[in-house]
Amino acid sequence: MTWQRLRDTCRSLLEAGTVDVVIGYGSTGGAPHPAFVTDPEATDQLVFDDRCYQNLTLYLTRADVRRLGRPAVVVKGCDARAVVVLEQEAQLVREDVHVIGVACDGVGHPRAAKCRACDVHVPPGCDEVVGEAAEGTEVDGRYAELDELMGLSVEERFAYWAGEMERCVRCYACRQVCPLCYCPVCVMDKNRPQVIDASPHAKGNLAFHITRAFHLAGRCVGCDECTRACPAGINVRLLNQSVARAVEQQFDVRPGMDPAVGPVTGTYSLADREDFIR
Amino acid sequence: MRPIGEQQVVQEVETSGDTEEPKGFEPRVIAYVCNWCTYLGADLAGTNRLEYPSNVRIVRTPCTGRIDFNLVVKAFEAGADSVIVSGCHPGDCHYTVGNYHARRRWMMFRPLLETLGIDLDRIHFAWVSAAEGKKWARLVSEVTDQTRALGPYKAYKDLVRGSR
Repeated sequence: MTWQRLRDTCRSLLEAGTVDVVIGYGSTGGAPHPAFVTDPEATDQLVFDDRCYQNLTLYLTRADVRRLGRPAVVVKGCDARAVVVLEQEAQLVREDVHVIGVACDGVGHPRAAKCRACDVHVPPGCDEVVGEAAEGTEVDGRYAELDELMGLSVEERFAYWAGEMERCVRCYACRQVCPLCYCPVCVMDKNRPQVIDASPHAKGNLAFHITRAFHLAGRCVGCDECTRACPAGINVRLLNQSVARAVEQQFDVRPGMDPAVGPVTGTYSLADREDFIR
Repeated sequence: MRPIGEQQVVQEVETSGDTEEPKGFEPRVIAYVCNWCTYLGADLAGTNRLEYPSNVRIVRTPCTGRIDFNLVVKAFEAGADSVIVSGCHPGDCHYTVGNYHARRRWMMFRPLLETLGIDLDRIHFAWVSAAEGKKWARLVSEVTDQTRALGPYKAYKDLVRGSR
């Protein structure tokens, strides 16, 4: 059973002193939640099932978690990609993190949108992988939802987003939950000058969402935590996807899929297209 | 020359005109240009006495690589009907590669705006060198005419008006 193997793995890692803390999914009866296990005896609270939504790589860059010592982190396929990007961006030293991949059939009832088009059931680039994924087939196209949106006219799309922006309460949950939004001081929190209006009205919210999505350009791994965290139910995933598709189409890169493939931002190619430039 | 700070750029855009429509529609075009090529190109257009519409407000930045995508958003928030982003031709950048970085940025930024339903016909990218005063005059004329045909950017202005 996957649980048992996961617990055994984590226990032996802690007992051998290979790691000081296991960042995993814990449960004491209720729904799984992020758990930080430092005691080998406590590894029997670790679980893995289709309610393990969180992307735990978020905690790898957190100072309070780093203080616990050398970490092992439990990742699903989508989360594993975030580790790769974090390493590429020098936010962690890969050798200092023990990555335990868990083969994943998808999370949520019904399955989350990302899982319906998942092609990383077996996490890539892990130190070890526990379990085997049963499902392995793509059901939806990866950009099915986005295609639907793009079927609308420009005016309809703007009206749709204007409505969504009215509902945004600017809680910044989408930012806080993103493993790749790690800037110590976010541009949203700067006020000299106030480039992005801080008030939660449609104008400021639109600027915020443009900024959030674009700061993830060529970096977003599609774990969709932002969408899950949104209390207003805004489908911010569509914005991430729109940039991700542009990156995939133009640079043939899907962030985090291959450590050997470098980032697409902060670099350039002389062959970049410029058919839109006069 | 003192470096151009974000504070100045934002101020410049915000004071580029009131957001109320004058009698009859006159397109308001904000142009972010680089200091080394397009700004000099625009200057050349002036010294050559070339005529082009006065609808454009030029904001000088050090390099196209410095033009934050937020400035484009800011321009629309400030009531622009169109935005021009222009800098040195590839290979001509004063900082060697600033325009290459900018080019790649816009490659990814345009699809995002498209998804959001922001009218890409209102955002114009161009390379205008210091010797291309004529090209600058033509660019501004074309953009102004095109914007006049499109009309005011009502959708964005409504969003801004409803956000007070």
